[in-house]
Amino acid sequence: MEKALKTNRRDFLKIAATAGGGLLIGFNWSSCDSPKMKVVSEKEIMDSALNFNSYLSISPTDHVVIYSPNPELGQNIKTSFPMIVAEELDVDWSKVRVKQAFLDTEKYDRQVTGGSGAMPHSWERLRKAGATARQMLVQAAANRLGVSVSDLRTENGQVIHGSKKLTYGELANEAALVPVPEEVSLKNIKDFKIIGTPIKNVDNRAMFTGKPLYGLDFYREGMVQAMIQRPPFGMKLKSVDAEAAKAVKGVKDVVTFKNNVAVIGETTWPLMKAKKLLKIQYEPIDGKLESTEFHNQVFDEMLASGKADVKRKDGDVNAAFRSAARVIKSEYQCPFLSHSPMEPMNFFAHVKPDGVELIGPTQTPDRARKAAAEICGVSPDKVTVEMTRLGGGFGRRLRADFVEEAVELSKMLQAPVKLTWSREDDLTGGAYRPAVKYRFEAALDNENNLIGYKLRGVGINAGNCTRENNFPSGSVDNLLIESLEYKSPITTNAWRAPITNFLAFAEQSFLDEVAEAAGKDPVALRLELLDRAKKNPVGEIHYDIDRMRTVVETAAEKSGWGTKPGVSQGFSVYFSHRSYVAQVAEARMVDGKPKLDKIYAVTDCGIVVNPTGADQQVRGGMVDGMGHAMFTNMTFTDGIADQKNFDTYRLIKMNEIPEIETHFIDNGIDPTGLGEPALPPTGGAIANAIYKASGKRVRNQPFMEQEEMKNVRLGDPA
Amino acid sequence: MANYKLQINGRNYEVDVEEDTPLLWVLRDTLGLVGTKYSCGVAQCGACTVHVNDEAVRSCVLPVSSVQNDAITTIEGLSENGDHPVQQAWEEVDVAQCGYCQAGQIMTAAALLKKNSNPSEEEIVAGMNANICRCGTYHRIKEAVKLASAKTK
Repeated sequence: MEKALKTNRRDFLKIAATAGGGLLIGFNWSSCDSPKMKVVSEKEIMDSALNFNSYLSISPTDHVVIYSPNPELGQNIKTSFPMIVAEELDVDWSKVRVKQAFLDTEKYDRQVTGGSGAMPHSWERLRKAGATARQMLVQAAANRLGVSVSDLRTENGQVIHGSKKLTYGELANEAALVPVPEEVSLKNIKDFKIIGTPIKNVDNRAMFTGKPLYGLDFYREGMVQAMIQRPPFGMKLKSVDAEAAKAVKGVKDVVTFKNNVAVIGETTWPLMKAKKLLKIQYEPIDGKLESTEFHNQVFDEMLASGKADVKRKDGDVNAAFRSAARVIKSEYQCPFLSHSPMEPMNFFAHVKPDGVELIGPTQTPDRARKAAAEICGVSPDKVTVEMTRLGGGFGRRLRADFVEEAVELSKMLQAPVKLTWSREDDLTGGAYRPAVKYRFEAALDNENNLIGYKLRGVGINAGNCTRENNFPSGSVDNLLIESLEYKSPITTNAWRAPITNFLAFAEQSFLDEVAEAAGKDPVALRLELLDRAKKNPVGEIHYDIDRMRTVVETAAEKSGWGTKPGVSQGFSVYFSHRSYVAQVAEARMVDGKPKLDKIYAVTDCGIVVNPTGADQQVRGGMVDGMGHAMFTNMTFTDGIADQKNFDTYRLIKMNEIPEIETHFIDNGIDPTGLGEPALPPTGGAIANAIYKASGKRVRNQPFMEQEEMKNVRLGDPA
Repeated sequence: MANYKLQINGRNYEVDVEEDTPLLWVLRDTLGLVGTKYSCGVAQCGACTVHVNDEAVRSCVLPVSSVQNDAITTIEGLSENGDHPVQQAWEEVDVAQCGYCQAGQIMTAAALLKKNSNPSEEEIVAGMNANICRCGTYHRIKEAVKLASAKTK
């Protein structure tokens, strides 16, 4: 035991009061509390579990029920959070049962999946939740045995005094009555037994046997189903002829609300058919409909002469560029992207006279609740939100638009409604990754020192499309970072690693160009800049120089940087969402074309809570980053996305992935998130390796649609 | 509406649906077998993969009227206790992230191994390539198919 920490009264005292209520549950376990003799059913465990705090209950059967408050969309939080609680509780993992907690703003803070923020936010409170309960169990044992707590230790769900062992189950009843301690001791990280071990996904069995887990699987007797035809961006509803749609067998009604036309029925298929038979006329809201060519013009005009928001200005950039021996200038552009999680948007809403019931996949249950409360004119405490497992999210389910639609329909129809989006609805329905274009300029002096750096970015509904306090800021004396935004009716939203998912590629590719112009090795250039930032930091920076240096050096070492004849290596490093990831991509020329063989990734996310989950997140982020950098395009014609399903919206497939080797820095620092940080560096590492192999520099995404890459195929299995 | 007799997971069902209804929606909406997933609806992603007479097929484009008299297997019926070698391998390799596509991946892999119990790396990639995983679990899918193949021997 190492740290003694004050418990947070809001977290525990208030909740301890509800634990008293738990004791009112009648139970009689003396006759059947013998796991060796009989298999304890999950229902018995749940029904008998005594609540200790927001995060855990202990059953007299010796099982521990751990509640995971954050929405699970594949980031594996439903496994890694309970691991942390179980660690400090000191319990055998096989005795742990995990339950998805529903929205409860009294018990939990930040029930959000986004920004890779759950782990850093909750690390300490999860540890304290486990440690507090452990201390209460020890106190109960001390009371029962008449010994001092200092004579007791815990192990695998038991409190031990000499040869005497009391199980947590035996003590649960008394322990729940022990006053919540004012101070708790946390384990020394060297004593971790669960954290740092590969614990498999707690939903594996349910997922692999087809149990209902996801929002789209939810069914309730008496509910109606709905699908919606939404207007193109920039248009509004003029008229609807629903006669043919209503004639489809199984369609009960067609209704309109807020420029939407909804088809209602009892099953999905008739609605899919009917939606195609709707004859809808739209009219432009202000006469202007946007297409991709128009956006390209906007980018060029605003890069040339738009009024920028100056995000950061260090030194005298104009003087530096005037005095430069050489100036390097490049532009990088990316398209809109859909999040396209495999499970399309859907939600269940039941607006009742006394409140609203919401069930479904959301990354922000509290936002869903507030939206429903506002639509129905009730206070948020009248709205309940149950989170199902999410079939992916990638940021799309941070919005509540699909929840609002289900609520509107339930209110209008006075019935429980399950709303389903089709894949076409998902790809054309908006909230995309913003399209962005950047212009980078670098000034080198006579000795090839980087003396000036300029970044000017234009984003379509992107907000600030730069990260002004990120590397290389801090390492360049004269630096200017400007952001411009064009407001479009095409809706955008955070998309996995918002902004950095493209900015990192552009910046890390440009640094490669600078290194080449300066005649420097790309790794050496980055280390030189980090040294400069360390010795003579310029302005505010948001990254830790030593941690970034460590991943850079480790990636170079693990990949054998610069030591492999015939292999073209591309380097990239990025800090985002408080984690550091360096990557080296390797390409070879095969039959005159670059072929991507392997990518190494070195990650510093502090303590790795669950190695199997961490490896998954890094790999998944990289495959995501690679697929969208290389293959996926989304264009618009008159306010409608041209790619409407996976036949034209091109996602990466199995035959296109290179080998991936992951490494983690073991530094004992409190853990940070991993849902996003491995994605941003991937595009740059790949583009730099392709350049090294082929001499072709791709600056626009998707790579494979650029002129330079025509007739090139990457990633075919050897 | 018409009556269709279906044999699914060794049980007989009779459903009253329109003849063009894809098997996917009969499974999900009519029979409550929701393990088979909807994702694209146009046979481009493989999330809806089921077996018809041991062949992996895309149930989202398969009209119910075309599968009478056929033996249909869904993820729920792949094994009685969830212990098909492919399901075991998926658990051991810890394949899933969001998990939504995995029922389709498992059904595709099971059909692949039924035809070829010892596929090469290239055969695995060719057999699995039409199944999209948006989370990017492809490395582990490959590894799990290899493990399942070893278990099948």
